[in-house]
Amino acid sequence: MKKRVLPLFSAVLLLALLVLPLGAAAAPENDENITINVYNWGQYISDGTDGYIDVNRAFTEATGIQVNYTTYDTNESMYTKLKTGGATYDVIIPSDYMIARLIDEDMLRPLNFDNIPNYKYIDNAFLNTDYDPDNIYSVPYTWGTVGIIYNTAYVDEADTGSWDLLWNSKYSGKILMFDNCRDAFGIAELSLGYSLNTNDPDELRDAAELLKAQQPLVQSYVMDQIFETMEREEAWIAPYYAGDFLLMYKENDKLGFYFPEEGFNIFIDAMCIPKTSQHPEAAEAYINFLCDPKISAENLEYLGYATPMTEAKQYMDPEMTTSEVVYPTEETLARGESFLVLDREATQLMDELWLDVKTDGGSISTGTIIAIVVIILAIAMVFVTRKVRRKR
Amino acid sequence: MKQVQRVVTVIIFLFLYIPILLLAVASFNSGSDPAAFKSFTFHNYSALFHDHFLLPLLGNSLIVAVTASVCAMILGTLAALGIHAMNKTPRRLALGLANIPLMNPDIVTGVSLALLFAFVGQLLKTNHILGFATLLIAHITFGLPYIILSVMPKLTQMDPSLTDAALDLGCRPIQAFFKVTLPELTSSIAAGFLMAFAMSLDDFVISYFVFGPTFVTLPVEIYNYTKKPLPPKIYALFTLLFLAILVVMVLMNLLQARDARQERRRRQHGM
Amino acid sequence: MRNRFLATPYLIWMILFVLVPLAVVVYFAFTDVNSGALTLHNIARMGNYLSIFIKSIWLALVSAVICLVVGYPVAYFIAKAPAGLQRFLLMLIILPMCISFLLRTMAWVSLLEDTGVINNFLGMLGIGPLPLIRNNAAIVLGMVYNYLPYMILPLYTVLEKMDPRLIEAAQDLGCDDMQVFTKVTLPMSAPGIVSGITMVFVPAVSTFYISKKLGGTDAALIGDVIESQFKAAYNPNFGAALSLVLMILIFICIGLTNRVSGDEKGAMLV
Repeated sequence: MKKRVLPLFSAVLLLALLVLPLGAAAAPENDENITINVYNWGQYISDGTDGYIDVNRAFTEATGIQVNYTTYDTNESMYTKLKTGGATYDVIIPSDYMIARLIDEDMLRPLNFDNIPNYKYIDNAFLNTDYDPDNIYSVPYTWGTVGIIYNTAYVDEADTGSWDLLWNSKYSGKILMFDNCRDAFGIAELSLGYSLNTNDPDELRDAAELLKAQQPLVQSYVMDQIFETMEREEAWIAPYYAGDFLLMYKENDKLGFYFPEEGFNIFIDAMCIPKTSQHPEAAEAYINFLCDPKISAENLEYLGYATPMTEAKQYMDPEMTTSEVVYPTEETLARGESFLVLDREATQLMDELWLDVKTDGGSISTGTIIAIVVIILAIAMVFVTRKVRRKR
Repeated sequence: MKQVQRVVTVIIFLFLYIPILLLAVASFNSGSDPAAFKSFTFHNYSALFHDHFLLPLLGNSLIVAVTASVCAMILGTLAALGIHAMNKTPRRLALGLANIPLMNPDIVTGVSLALLFAFVGQLLKTNHILGFATLLIAHITFGLPYIILSVMPKLTQMDPSLTDAALDLGCRPIQAFFKVTLPELTSSIAAGFLMAFAMSLDDFVISYFVFGPTFVTLPVEIYNYTKKPLPPKIYALFTLLFLAILVVMVLMNLLQARDARQERRRRQHGM
Repeated sequence: MRNRFLATPYLIWMILFVLVPLAVVVYFAFTDVNSGALTLHNIARMGNYLSIFIKSIWLALVSAVICLVVGYPVAYFIAKAPAGLQRFLLMLIILPMCISFLLRTMAWVSLLEDTGVINNFLGMLGIGPLPLIRNNAAIVLGMVYNYLPYMILPLYTVLEKMDPRLIEAAQDLGCDDMQVFTKVTLPMSAPGIVSGITMVFVPAVSTFYISKKLGGTDAALIGDVIESQFKAAYNPNFGAALSLVLMILIFICIGLTNRVSGDEKGAMLV
């Protein structure tokens, strides 16, 4: 009988052993080398795919510092992980409003800019930002804008120009929407003429009502799924990041893009060092490496987002650096607004309202509820009586 | 009746394998959208072999899955035997425990374990408690119920007089266990093991909260791929993984079949 | 080896890694997210989401019943197949579970969309795009697909053990096929049915990814809500309260199923 278990074991173990060396290579424990823990968005660094640079490997080759690279899917889940504790990270790359929140809660460490000489390349436009006004905690990684991507074959040009396109019932069922509370509320607030950063509970409620009104028209709330859905023309209209439009346009040239007239969101994702970091100097070396114009150029060319360094543009594909979608004109940029951290009450209210939006209309009718309850009771009755009868 | 069963079985197997077939086809697609086949290419496979990020993560996943399911198998089988020997009330309680990880939404299990680990980390004054060990503990915890759920029924169906007979014939209890009880349980242990293995290989919700910076598994990484379309080399990766597991399982089957044949022959000769 | 102390390591393990975290969940459910003070607010908020609870339970129940109906003949077929084929088929049932659940669900999206594989194929035959995705039926399909193996395995276990002489005896006593099935086979497989229903129903209630990808914009299930509280809204207290209530509801449902089976063995599987 043992014989029967053994082949099973050995077969599975064999399979594991085949990949074990690969796994061991992933986490080299070397005493003389420092290892830093980098925590970044998924798919948010050039990793050697399609002949582009492998940034982490290049960094290790240049400095001898090893990198443990792990990822998260949203700013908020990164925050949850930091907050829960149990692990320390040396470099994180959150977005603007999350950085403000982390600064607010004293979770970031002031940077030593002596170790980041490449900081000088960062354009003035990205210094003294609202989220880090004194340039103490963060170094911009990339930036971008949010606009509307639409399919010119189906969408009437006359309907475009404003955020209202997302509420146009003509295109009901062909509209996509951000599956992300802050971005979705931002759009509703802009089209109501409010600020992206309003803390006013009434304005937030108005925005929630608008989002609820939109819900029946929306095909689905998506993030990454947007690429294939738009390219395959499953949906025709979607708000998304400008940098990603170029990727989609490569696959389907019927797609168009515009910055809505009411204004739009400008986001900056920046590199920070959490307070708990064990190797702040090595972390600063990493940040410095990513601010090298050549590295930034290669990295961001792969990602398709804009670089905060004019110096880097000379190394990039001119098609991208001249695109007004990725690098809008000063005039367009003037209409942009970036996210700031909201009051704790406003954040919580927004989260609650967003939950209401997502669960609105999902309620089944009272009739169905009664029917379900009756069915369950009936089943219960049948078995109770049966049991009683059996006992007799 | 038999005919109906056969038709339903064929349909169900088609149903189970259609999405996997789609993934396999997508691994030869030059575009990244599985629903739109552009042209045939091996590019995704060559990209996969040049990749030094995903393959180590798959290695990590397999290491965790194998270790966790083996530990869960041993712990769970012992537990099933122990629970079987219990009286009614403690038995109900012990089995009820096994249900909790099943009933808790995965995310709650993940977060509560993470909080526990962080707390223990504070006690031990370390900032690095999350890592391979915590991942392993979590995976063993959600794998255990599957082993117990599949071993328990077999154990209750088993005729206790078999063990008694072995003891009467002069076996020591440990011998009786290895000669009588364990052979009877093998298939249900194997079924539970496979379920625990599959669950562990595939988990991303619990793992997300208990992984540390030094050790992460493939499903967690894939779930975080929210910025760009999924790189098609992932389809190639899973097609290969599917084939590898298929081969292992078929081999296992053949070995088992051979074993069974030998057993039968031995018995015939013996009698 | 009838020694109940064999279960000791298991009990210690479960107390450490299941009961203690569970206590954490209970603690969170009754404390305020900001101040950490004891409160019933999280539980009181639950009323707004009652219909989502009911909907999640309903969809999971429908999935479990469908799994039972389609899984039973398959399990029966496997159980009555020759030994070699039996092992092979069982393996084929488990094999899909080894492939990433995320990818398999995404594959269904690609299959079912209006411009997806199935509708493209139908389009070539001149049949307009059918609404295959973004409705409750698609969610049920996703759940059935993902959890069917958990139904088939326990059913197979009981059916395989069944003594064929019982059926012969029933036939000799003049039962027709239908009677044999309802009077002998079905009652004998009750433990398997209960355990299968539970193993499909329980994870299906709290699932979150399936409804997000296959359901419509109004299809948020309780799993989605709980997930958002932990991962997006950072309100673990409310998330904990929701899952606590969910657990209690599941307990009640399982209790009902056990009553239904009225079988000690069935209760034990669960």
